[in-house]
Amino acid sequence: MSDQFENRIDIALTVNGEPVEARVPAGQHLVDFLRLELGLTGAHASCEHGVCGACTLRVNGDAVRGCLMLAAQADGAEIWTVEGLSDSAAFTDLQEAFVARNALQCGFCTPGMLVAAEELLSAGGVPDRAEIREHLSGNYCRCTGYEAIVDAVETVARARAGEAAQ
Amino acid sequence: MTIDFGHPDRPNSYIGKTVPRPNAPRLVQGRGEYVDDMVLPRMLHVAFVRSPFAHARITGIDAAEAKAVPGVVRIFTGAEVAEVCTPWVGVLAHLQGLKSPPEYAIAVDRACWVGEPVAAVVATSRAAAEEGAALVEVDYDVLPVVADMMTALDDDTPVLHADLGDNLAFRRVNEQGDVDAAMAGAHKVVTAHFTTARHTGVTPEPRSILADWNPADERMTVWHSTQAPHMMQTALATHLDIAESRVRVICGDVGGSYGIKVHVYPDEVATAAIARIMGRPVKFIADRLESFSTDIHARDHEIEAKIAVDAEGRILAMDVDDWTAIGAYSVYPRTSAMEGNQVVNLCGGPYDFEHYRARTSVVFQNKTPTCQYRAVGHPIAVAITEGLVDMAAAELGMDPVEIRRRNLYADDAYPVTSPAKMRFEGLSHHKSLDLLLDLMDYDGLRAEQAELREKGVYRGIGIASFIELTNPSPFMYGIGGARISAQDGCTVRMDPDGSIVALSGVTEQGQGTEAMLSQVVAEGVGVAPGQVHVITGDTQVTPYGGGTWASRGAGIGGEAALRAARALRDSILEVAGAMLQSDAAGLDIRDGEVVDAKSGEARMPLEELGRIVYFRGDTLPQGLPRELVQTRHYITSEYPFAFTNGVQASYVEVDTDTGNVRLLKHWCVEDCGRIINPMLVDEQIRGGIVQGLGGALFEEIHYDEDGQLLNGSMADYLVPMAAEMPDMVIGHVETPTKESSLGAKGAGEAGTAGAPAAVMNAINDALRPMGAQVTHMPFTPERVLRALGTLKD
Ligand code: FES
Ligand code: FES
Repeated sequence: MSDQFENRIDIALTVNGEPVEARVPAGQHLVDFLRLELGLTGAHASCEHGVCGACTLRVNGDAVRGCLMLAAQADGAEIWTVEGLSDSAAFTDLQEAFVARNALQCGFCTPGMLVAAEELLSAGGVPDRAEIREHLSGNYCRCTGYEAIVDAVETVARARAGEAAQ
Repeated sequence: MTIDFGHPDRPNSYIGKTVPRPNAPRLVQGRGEYVDDMVLPRMLHVAFVRSPFAHARITGIDAAEAKAVPGVVRIFTGAEVAEVCTPWVGVLAHLQGLKSPPEYAIAVDRACWVGEPVAAVVATSRAAAEEGAALVEVDYDVLPVVADMMTALDDDTPVLHADLGDNLAFRRVNEQGDVDAAMAGAHKVVTAHFTTARHTGVTPEPRSILADWNPADERMTVWHSTQAPHMMQTALATHLDIAESRVRVICGDVGGSYGIKVHVYPDEVATAAIARIMGRPVKFIADRLESFSTDIHARDHEIEAKIAVDAEGRILAMDVDDWTAIGAYSVYPRTSAMEGNQVVNLCGGPYDFEHYRARTSVVFQNKTPTCQYRAVGHPIAVAITEGLVDMAAAELGMDPVEIRRRNLYADDAYPVTSPAKMRFEGLSHHKSLDLLLDLMDYDGLRAEQAELREKGVYRGIGIASFIELTNPSPFMYGIGGARISAQDGCTVRMDPDGSIVALSGVTEQGQGTEAMLSQVVAEGVGVAPGQVHVITGDTQVTPYGGGTWASRGAGIGGEAALRAARALRDSILEVAGAMLQSDAAGLDIRDGEVVDAKSGEARMPLEELGRIVYFRGDTLPQGLPRELVQTRHYITSEYPFAFTNGVQASYVEVDTDTGNVRLLKHWCVEDCGRIINPMLVDEQIRGGIVQGLGGALFEEIHYDEDGQLLNGSMADYLVPMAAEMPDMVIGHVETPTKESSLGAKGAGEAGTAGAPAAVMNAINDALRPMGAQVTHMPFTPERVLRALGTLKD
């Protein structure tokens, strides 16, 4: 028991705009902390190896693998998950484009895919298809074959650029 | 009243239109409910201790240290689990001669593959269960290993299961005509050796199960990431000795299945058995190493094959000798002989010729069991067939398109029975090929290829025609004795507010089942698809059905839904007729309203009809039927399977210095009969193609000669990622099946069936000027360079 206590670390962070304080096991990954302790099950654990991107979260503005980062490392961080990004309507246009283009099937990769795509989109401009593919090349999707995802991201990039130009 | 699908402007014309999926908005908001997202009161977690050896006798298990881990509650050996869980045997009576030994949920005294469960640790958290599992000490006596497929039947190879006598699980020859004579008299005979690598599905969501036994009411509830809830209900009930009626399997969101999640897995049954013993909910979620080592593998085949042609390029005969090794057990209950069986049924499938012989030899070995994975056997049979056809064309100096034209079944040849004795109701090979050539601008592409070749750029064009088996009847499993339902059912009801609820026995795995059903029911009843709430994946609630496999959801589940919806429409109109004092035959339902069928004039909204039926039934004539609920079940009976057809093309560039293959573009034209939702069909095809491209270029499970799995992570087993995949052009020809009123056949596996062959033919088209050829998948840079002679052993 005492071991476990020594192995626990206090953290304070913001998750989806709300302050969170917690005592976490030193070895717990961020995605597990969010899923198990906060009930934020939108981000998924799939490879737990940094390869598939299913666990992708927004941490301090960057798309980060939740399975490669420890919860303890998130002390002081600002974290957004798909739940918070949905509630705050941060990328509703992207979500709608995914639905309209059927850029998801089972949906397991989707929360991570959206966070990764939004990182590219928020850089501005209209990336070409090869750039979109390159940016998403760390996000595994077994269902769609990727083309619909690339289409959806491209559509949103064009729409946002069009709006920006007006 | 039948629906005239030929009229796009007919009322309620939702069948054939792209409508959005009702479950998609939930999933993009992270509101999916996958098994691992569920938490139940008093829930425990199980982790498995797995054999590190491919073959070993278990001589002792010491769990003392594991028990000391805080949070560990109990540890189970195979013998303890076997007290409540009987072993199973993966055989089917119609696969004559197929044999397999009893398989236990947890190995009792012998482990036969790396990853087989040998003990289970139950704890209050997954982390504690995993920590405990790492501390369980198992003593093993290592036994001789059968690793190699082609020597598995040799005299000096040990017999894996002594009771079975030898390592041959199954053998079948499918023969027609006189192959030897045809080969002897042929203008040319081309021989080739093909290898398809061992794959696995790599479902993004690992296998997941949460089982809860409630001893107070003697009921088991299982939340399961599965394709076949009713099949699992039977399997769990049978082997845990619980009445089938007391087992409920619920299948919520499934994070990818592709055939991986349609089998009975030892660790999943063990989880349910442990829940039964402990009387508490127990959750098992495979980790990624467990996925690679214990999800079923597939496609591990070696093939020697010959094709004989005459001087005009007419195919005279095919001769195929297929070998596959299926691991240590035939998987329950679908068996591991089905893939080889499909290969001998499907080779030569698109072509009109006479003499055919295909033999499959299915052997045991100490590796992970193989079983049905998306497009079962098709990618293998198509690679053999289309590879040989292209090689024959090259021998004859004939264009690959021309040789196909000369041999594909004529579009008016149907119904017809193939030399492999497959019965085709109606296919469209020539029409599909025409459309493909058009979409890809075949002549333009050939000109571009020739031009670039002058500049030292090696591009290739590959074509692959194929057939796909869909809408299976009981001939697939039922006649062999398995309780796997080929029929499916749908219940459709109208609630007081005029909305419609549809409950179906087919399941949603992300392919769009619920959208498809909502469209069919919407059109069948006469409401907007948004008015239809679809419920699937609960054995306690839905009509009995088979779930998702062999591309059956639209063809069988869709037909049941259409019939139930039409029946409900009739019931509604009967009530409406009485209320409006009109002849029911003169009424119709459009967009949620009862209307005059001729004029379209609105007579009554469905919610008003609902109000009267449910709350003021006193105002209706006595004896008027009040059942606004109808159930229909559907099974195919005229044909054992509804075959579909299609043709794919791949355009690649081969870097002859590095051996790298770049996929430039891919085309597919397919004929799945009536299309219910064009976008969903296209995306099924695209996803399927990419799964096939993975097999062609990247995917391969490696073992060493001791049966050790060498690549058990996603960093080491390569899958297709966005950057390497091409854009894909999809086209359709529609030849509806006449067996059903809906006319739909399956589309889920066509992409995977044809893509590897198209890529192989494209690479070989690029390499042909250098006299090189590849037939060993995946076509890695190393294999391409070896073919070119640049790399030598
Ligand atoms: S689960 Fe984090 S990258 Fe795969
Ligand atoms: S939608 Fe299933 S993995 Fe991407």
